[in-house]
Amino acid sequence: MAYFLQQLINGVTLGSIYGLIAIGYTMVYGIVGMINFAHGDVFMVGAFIALIAFLALTAIGITAVPLALLLVLIIAMILTAVWGWTVERVAYRPLRESFRLAPLITAIGMSIVLQNFIQIAQGARVKPLQPVVTGGYELFQQGSFSVIVSNIQILIVTTTVLVMGGFWLLINRTALGRSQRACEQDRLMAALSGVDVDRTISLTFVLGAGLAAVAGLLYLLYYGVIDFFIGFVVGIKAFTAAVFGGIGSIPGAMLGGLIIGLIETFWSAYFTIEYKDVAAFSMLAIVLIFFPTGLLGRPEVEKV
Amino acid sequence: MRLADSGKTLGRKLSSALGDSLLAATIAFALFSLVLGLRTVDSATGLALEPRPALLATVVAIVFFGRLALNLFVWQTDYPLTRPFAKLFTLEPFETRDEVTLALAFALGVLGVAAGVLFQETLYGLLGTLMLAFIGIGLLRRAIVRTFPNLPYTQVFVAGGILFALFFPIVSYALESAFNLGLPLRYWFDLSILILTYVMLGWGLNIVVGLAGLLDLGYVAFYAVGAYTFALLATHFGLGFWIGLPIAGAAAALWGIILGFPVLRLRGDYLAIVTLAFGEIVRIILLNWTEVTGGPNGIAGIPKPTFFGLPFSPFAEGTTFSGFFGIHYDGLHALIFLYYVILVLALVTNLVTLRLRRLPVGRAWEAMREDEIACRSLGINTTLTKLSAFATGAMFGGLAGCFFATRQGFVSPESFTFIESAIILAIVVLGGMGSQLGVAIAAIVMVGGFEALRHTAGLQAIFGQEFDPALYRMLLFGLAMVAIMIWRPRGLVSSRAPTISLGDASAISGDLVRQGRG
Repeated sequence: MAYFLQQLINGVTLGSIYGLIAIGYTMVYGIVGMINFAHGDVFMVGAFIALIAFLALTAIGITAVPLALLLVLIIAMILTAVWGWTVERVAYRPLRESFRLAPLITAIGMSIVLQNFIQIAQGARVKPLQPVVTGGYELFQQGSFSVIVSNIQILIVTTTVLVMGGFWLLINRTALGRSQRACEQDRLMAALSGVDVDRTISLTFVLGAGLAAVAGLLYLLYYGVIDFFIGFVVGIKAFTAAVFGGIGSIPGAMLGGLIIGLIETFWSAYFTIEYKDVAAFSMLAIVLIFFPTGLLGRPEVEKV
Repeated sequence: MRLADSGKTLGRKLSSALGDSLLAATIAFALFSLVLGLRTVDSATGLALEPRPALLATVVAIVFFGRLALNLFVWQTDYPLTRPFAKLFTLEPFETRDEVTLALAFALGVLGVAAGVLFQETLYGLLGTLMLAFIGIGLLRRAIVRTFPNLPYTQVFVAGGILFALFFPIVSYALESAFNLGLPLRYWFDLSILILTYVMLGWGLNIVVGLAGLLDLGYVAFYAVGAYTFALLATHFGLGFWIGLPIAGAAAALWGIILGFPVLRLRGDYLAIVTLAFGEIVRIILLNWTEVTGGPNGIAGIPKPTFFGLPFSPFAEGTTFSGFFGIHYDGLHALIFLYYVILVLALVTNLVTLRLRRLPVGRAWEAMREDEIACRSLGINTTLTKLSAFATGAMFGGLAGCFFATRQGFVSPESFTFIESAIILAIVVLGGMGSQLGVAIAAIVMVGGFEALRHTAGLQAIFGQEFDPALYRMLLFGLAMVAIMIWRPRGLVSSRAPTISLGDASAISGDLVRQGRG
């Protein structure tokens, strides 16, 4: 029981990170109908920006952890958002009216570019960071096994909930969110009613990249080590999460992220750690057999 | 009046160009300030930062001036500087200004080559040669098209390509052994075998993506299944290549059907992610099932194919290829043989695809790509159609995998990562989906270009001696993928000949064909 609870806590933490990235995938899919393959690598760039910003702040003497983390979060979100915007501007916008696979190929190309750019600019070695947020609470003890919630886990889940809350307000209560939802439903009609579609799409990428930067920072703090290749595995997992929840649905992305995080954690805890990805992917295939459009996805309307 | 106007617009143009370039430079600064301007280095106390202000300033300056030049000479002028060069590849008549621009460019090219030869400046020499080659090819093409306007160029091109592929190894080998020219034959053959493998994989995936319109992001799984099937059969049961080949193909096809079943109900991106997941699952299993697959160490000692039972080895008089034909043993014989094996396999893939397109099942694939609902209402069993497409594509992937295993003599999960799937898919899409010729051209351009970056005396001249081309190869590869796609969104060969038509079968634009909807 205690072991189960501990794994549940770990799973929710991991799921939060996946969820934040999955939202980037699902929003972009909802609005332009393309798989933004480079999103995982934008997350990776975000993690690197967070790492470098953190080191830079330490170097100039800002060592108070809460202040430093807040500054790092803001810097990482802004700069990663610029990356997200640039990727969209360079690789996707010229192909807006093209056929569906064209942006997918440029997305894969961008993913290769980002990975190799970071590898060249920062080196291929893993980048370790000393634990920044330490300590934790012992919930209860069962035998010799104690269930621990570490501060970093609390920080991750709280940040995720806060960011998600803010994001929900942004989508549902502001003019930007309204135009975003309008473009998602019908881009042509939205344009006819005076929504600047290009701008909205750009902002969608900016928002997604911002969330990815949050995830990047949290990932960096949680694992304490990043390299240029993390974007691929985490990105695929997050995309799986988005599809799991029903791609295009924002609550679905969050739910999918949690489920993928839990599956992975529990599989590693009770079975073998080597096959955790196989478990997550097989679960995806099984779920899609019964829910062909994901858990919370809208069924696709077939028109002739 | 006009003068005043143009003066005014010139000023406005200049200020807008400056503003735009400044904006671009600002964005570049934001992008690169942290990730390029500061480098994380290991130090005694953990990570430390090493500032690189000069590099950052250079990159930002390149963005600023590059953008300014583009603004002034290409985007915001009435007559872009690039037009004369674009005109080279059309039949439009040249105006005086085109001729002047081209002549200047030609002179620059000559200057560059001269500088390269006289002052040992590799960079200028390379750029000059490229410029001269570009202009030369353009003029030659114009001259040929103008002289023979009605030649069936595509057919001539295809026939020439096939003839070249057929005779290139024999002729170059004969020349080499007759005159001892010192040609890097081993390297040439290795490279062309690699390219042909990708051509075959591209043609195989083209059945799934280009014809049936199913987006498959995990094609490398079938490649892996084929390779491992043969590797295991050969190392455990001692089967040879020619027996292993059909078994590997059948195994891969079987896996195509097994994967096909769950994905039949899925559409579009759901299909894409499940195929991607399948590719990853196969790789993870190969990596972790150490007892059978050898895990990360892979399987070594896979035999080479034999020529009707005659091995290519220097020993055993009378029973080897060289012994049987009484010729001098040469390691290149095996390589040439491998070349012809993959050439035949690739051509068979192509031929089967072309013939299948005329069969009901091929027609059903294309109909399904265009409109699945209409297809179903006409009584086509889309389940079977999808399955057959998956299985056929997978089979060719498996055959290619079997060849890969025998060529390398060694397989390991490292060869079957997602990036391979991505490269094959890129070859299919960049080639223009559904176009067999386009896929072949794209494979040559991508794989050959990628390989060419290995020989980078020129690049080293640009970036300094410590420049490691292997590091930049993937970066340039990714950039090329993006650039080609934006330049030709429909792929390199963007016209399609309809499979069936009433009356004349004239080629149509690729825009009219629905592609890869899943």
